[in-house]
This record gives sequence, C-alpha cells and structure tokens, in this order.
Amino acid sequence: MAVADGTITFSPALNSFINEWKVKPGNLIMVLHKVQEEFGYIPRAAADKVAGMLEVPLAKIYGVITFYHFFKLEKPGKYNIQVCLGTACYLKGGSNLVDELQGLLGISINEVTKDGKFSIEGVRCVGCCGLAPVLVVGEEVHGKVTKDQLPGIIASYT
Amino acid sequence: MPKRNYVLVCGGTGCESSKADQIFRNLKIACTEQGITDEVQVVKTGCFGFCEQGPIVKVLPDETFYVKVTPEDAEEIITEHLVKGRKVSRLEYDTKGSTKNAKVDDIQFYQKQFRIVLRNCGVIDPENIDEYIARDGYAAVEKVLFEMSPDDVIQELKKAQLRGRGGAGFPTWLKWSFTKDVEESEKYVVCNADEGDPGAYMDRSTLEGDPHSILEAMTIAGRTCGASRGYIYIRAEYPLAIKRLKIAMQQAREYGLLGDNILGSDFSFDIEIRLGAGAFVCGEETALLASIEGERGMPRPRPPFPAVKGVWNKPTVINNVETWANIPVIILKGGDWFSKIGTEDSKGTKVFALTGKISNSGLVEVPMGTTLREIIYDIGGGIANGKKFKAVQTGGPSGGVITADYLDTPIDYGTLTSLGSMMGSGGMIIMDEDDCIVDVTKFYLGFSVEESCGKCSPCRIGGRSLYNILDRITKGEGEMADIGKMKDIGLAMKKASLCGLGQTAPNPILSTLNYFEDEYLAHIKDKRCPAGTCKELISFHILADKCIGCTACARKCPTGAITGERRQVHRIDPDLCIKCGVCLETCKFDAVFVR
Repeated sequence: MAVADGTITFSPALNSFINEWKVKPGNLIMVLHKVQEEFGYIPRAAADKVAGMLEVPLAKIYGVITFYHFFKLEKPGKYNIQVCLGTACYLKGGSNLVDELQGLLGISINEVTKDGKFSIEGVRCVGCCGLAPVLVVGEEVHGKVTKDQLPGIIASYT
Repeated sequence: MPKRNYVLVCGGTGCESSKADQIFRNLKIACTEQGITDEVQVVKTGCFGFCEQGPIVKVLPDETFYVKVTPEDAEEIITEHLVKGRKVSRLEYDTKGSTKNAKVDDIQFYQKQFRIVLRNCGVIDPENIDEYIARDGYAAVEKVLFEMSPDDVIQELKKAQLRGRGGAGFPTWLKWSFTKDVEESEKYVVCNADEGDPGAYMDRSTLEGDPHSILEAMTIAGRTCGASRGYIYIRAEYPLAIKRLKIAMQQAREYGLLGDNILGSDFSFDIEIRLGAGAFVCGEETALLASIEGERGMPRPRPPFPAVKGVWNKPTVINNVETWANIPVIILKGGDWFSKIGTEDSKGTKVFALTGKISNSGLVEVPMGTTLREIIYDIGGGIANGKKFKAVQTGGPSGGVITADYLDTPIDYGTLTSLGSMMGSGGMIIMDEDDCIVDVTKFYLGFSVEESCGKCSPCRIGGRSLYNILDRITKGEGEMADIGKMKDIGLAMKKASLCGLGQTAPNPILSTLNYFEDEYLAHIKDKRCPAGTCKELISFHILADKCIGCTACARKCPTGAITGERRQVHRIDPDLCIKCGVCLETCKFDAVFVR
C-alpha cells in the first residue's frame, strides 16, 4: 500500500500481470483496471509506477484515467453505494434515492463519509432495468428500492 | 443419459441480484437430500427475459413456470413437484383467464415473441459448451470451414439482408465484403459489447446467456474475411458477462474450436477480451478502436472506414453483439429462411429492452414489423398502475419519442426514422402521464453532454448550450425565442458533429418539440409543468374537504412545513416546503395535490 513518501508496493499478482501485458500493444487500460482492482482507485504513486513499468509518460496515463468514468482518482468508501441513474431508474425515482442517501449519510454525491465507510456514486445503466430503481453496493444489487428501505440497507453494511 | 426432469434457474443479472444463486444451490441441496440427483438435473441458464417476474424457475418437460421464487421455496419445489408430482401452485405464473397450470406458450409475454438472438437464453447452461453444441452449436463454423467458400458466406448474408443491430443498420454482408476484399495479411474481427445506452441490456443478456454463439460467429467472420485475431470490447460494468465469456473461450480452446487449426482445418483464430471503462462514446466504432489501442476513446473522421483501416490501422470487421448472435443461425438455416422474417426494409428479429412505466418489463424479441401496440400491450401488459400512456422513447439518447397516434406503426429501421426516432440499440422506455417530456429530454441531453468526448466543437459547445436552455425552461425561466434557438443549434449539431454521438444528441429535443410543443409552451409561457415533475414549477397543497387531520403528513415532513391540529385540516407553508413529495406519498386520503 501507499506510504507517506509516495512510494507504493504492488502485489506479486499485479506485478506479474503488468509484466505479462507489457509486451502487448494497447495494454494501458487493461493495466489500469488491474491497478484499480487492487487499490479501489488509482493512487498517484501507482500511476507513477505504471508509467515507469510500461515506459509511457505520466501525462498519457492521466489523460486516459480522466477520460474514462470508471477510473477513480480518489479512494471510495469501504461500501461504495452506486445509484443507477439510467433512464428506467431515472423515471422510477433513482435521483430521489440519491437525495435521500445524501441526507442519511450527510455527504454529497462522490464524497466519502468521515469514517471512510460509505460513499455515494451516480452511475449509468447497470443493466437491471427490469428492477428499477436499482442501487449496487459492492457486488450486491438491490432492486425496486424505495426511500423507506434505505436506512435498512445502510444498516446492513455496518 | 437424459434425465427425468430438468429444473432451470435464471442466472441473468436481474435474477442473480434477487438471490437466484441461492435458489440454485438450495435446489441442488434439496435434490441430494431427496436422493433424486440421478433423475433430476438443476441447471443455471441465461436470462428468460421476463425480468418483472424474476427470479424465475422453469421445470421441464412439463414446462411449469414458477415466478418470484425465493431461496426458501426451493425445498418445496423439489419435495412437492419433483418427488410427489404436485405442482407448487402458489408460485405458478398467473395467466389472465386460465389461471395457473401455465405453460410457457400460454404466457402472453412470450406468445408474440420469436427468438433467434435469444434462442439459447434461458434454455442452456451458458457455462457448459456441451449444451451449446447439443443445440447445433459450432455446426455453423464447421459448415463454413468445410463446405463453404468465403464468397458463399457473403452471399448467404446478402440473401439474409441482415443489418447491423448496433443502431445504424448498415448491411452486414457489405461490411464483411469490404474487409474481405482488402489485400492485407493482418486483419481483425471485433465484437462491440460496449452497451452504453442507458435502458438497454440485450447485449449483456446475450453474452451472459449464450456466450458461445458470439465466439462462433466471430470465428466465422475471421474465416470469411481472412482474419486470425478477434477482440471482444466489453464494458467493465458487466462482470458476469466477462466471467462467462472467459469460461466459454477456455472451453472452446479445449475443444479445438478456438486457437490453432480449428477442427483440424488449416484455419487458426483466437479471441482476446478488452475492457471498456465507462465511456458511452466508445460505442462509436472509431472511438472503440482507439480504446482497444489503450488510448482516450475519441472518434476520428470516416473514411477511412474501419473495414479498411481499423485496429492498428488494419482492416477490421466490427459488429455489435446482437448482430453476431444472428450469424450462426443464418449460416445453418440459410439467408432465404432469414429474409422471410420481418419487413421489406428490415429482416429478422429485434430484441427490445422494455422498461419504464410498463407492467411487464423485460427483454422481448419480436419479428421486425411488429407494431408498438403489440409490444406494449400484448407482450408488455400495458401501462403499470392503470396510468395513461404518454409516449414511448426508442433509441436512447440518440433517439426520440413516439406518441399514441403511431402505436400501430409496424416497426423497422425505416419507420422509426421516419417518425423522427430511431432503432438504436433497442431500448424501449415507456412513459406515462406523470413523466414530464421536458424533464426527460433534459435527462438525455445531460447524458450526451457528460459523455461528449469534447473533440469537436459542435457537440461540445452545442450540447452544453442545449442543456442550459432546457435547464432554464424546467426552472420557469424559458423564453419564447428558446424554441427556435434549440432547433437551430440542434440542426447545426446534426450537420457538423464529427461522430454519431454529436449528430444524434439533439434528436430527443427535435423529436419532442415536434410532438409535445404544447408541453414546452406550458413551461415557457404559463410557467407550469403539466406532469407535475419540475420542482420549480409546482407547489403542494392540501384539500380542505379531504383532509381528516390524521397528522401523518406533518409527522413525515422533513422541514416542518405542514401544520395543523389533530382532526383539523392541515396546511402547507410554501416558504418552508422543499417539494420532496413525502406528504403526497404518505396521505392515504388523496388530500394532497400538486399544482
């Protein structure tokens, strides 16, 4: 994990993944996915290290990270609550869920609670339109969610 | 050896999120406890499509269709149905008229459907290649390798008149023949699985339910066009689809259906997965190619088209998942068979993701030429909660709306375009009287603005300007000149934008201005939102003759805006009211109304 002086250690699995992909053209996005899988986001020190390992400029790496919504520059909460804001969920009140969550957790969208436990993120269609409105916590999908269920859902992760 | 019974559990993402995996495991445990594992096989399949009623469990051969199953129901299904032969009637789907004992064919949701693309979804175990092979899987690639020349394949696709299902509808045979005819030793085949349209999930379900069909189709294209490598570009947001693709690729390699010398022939072909990272614009083919190459996903001008200069500047065939899924069937059954389905303009079927304010949301596959009324009312069961139909939106952020007057139009590529909408990837979102057209249009524009890559100014600046105007209108700050302004900006974007995203981003505005100008005018002139959605334009009130003074609303109001003694008529202080609508949801006496 990252330490104060900006150096960072990658797990052996991540190192070998990068070494395997190093020779393949067009590897940057695949490598960044793996980095984010390990840290939950892409720390500055990790981006630096990837730049060295793949021999690409740091500017190019940031160009790619900031272009794609999936890559995060800030560490999300332990439980990142993704509220679907695709069309079907929007029509069925997805944005009301965001409002309610903001009130319940005392944070705005894309912020993390002080204890680092929760964060709220608005995401595009997660492909469960039949269950709208939907929110995803970790790998768990909650469908047909109402405002009243939110305190219970939050409590189940503490 | 065939089993006495098969119990199929839907393993699509929708049902998985409703504990389908636990149901699957409980069913297996119950089978073991009852000692019937030799006679009964429990199978986890792909999506059944009827997501509204999920999780779904189907028992074969009697075709019993259980809906809204919970993990606790699993044991009862096994002990009652599979051991004692008594169906669990409380879980059976209730078909209108003939209650219970429903077979799949009796269910109206499935009656008008015709499944080519989704042929194996909800039928086979997607993680078992043998089940795909048992349903004629990989027979098409064998036919192409040993019985057909590349020209024969192109001829068959030409006869089929298959058009690209990603939205633009370009003839598939023509795309393939462009790549085939380029003299180049290195060529590529790409599957576009970057399903970004919010409200469409047919590609995800196809990949999750029938991954081998995509691998087989790509191999056929490789052989036909002279490519030896393929890429599947898929959204990172679809982990289950990625997992099943990886399993399928591994199995295909073990069976000699991918890799060197496929089926002992001189043809070699392999596929690699590349992950998207949440950029809608990467569904545009040149942006997708940039992303495969590890770059920012920005489109470039065409020509040259990817068919000639694609990945790494080499000739590349790119097709969408749904297009690929049609290919093996066309090879096996023939182009003539395929072209008998559909309309003059569009052949075959189309999968739609039916969502929004509809009773039966889910995935439906119908022949081209089916009318919207059949899809919405016969298959979809009409509007949910007895509300009034307002419009159906097709084509997502690139499409437009269709009103009640046009419900009997047979849908194909041509008719949808002539109505000012488009086929797009097949999202079909139903809106009812509570949905504000201006607000929904603002939603789509917000999406396109956020997803614009920023490379060309018509899209980057035009989209933002349109969004700002819509935002003002929904806040009651619109002016009459705005209507003309939006039309002008929209037309300029259509003409001058570099790629499909910018060219189609104004469609939701132009289409709704055409059919719902009155609603725009109500916002602009009367400062009124007829659907009661736009917060700045509405206010909440309590009807004195209906309020019984139960205090329920006052207790729920988060800002203390509602006052009144018990058993006395309450009132809402407009200065304190934040228009959250809790009072409206809480009141059991219809005493709260929106103006």
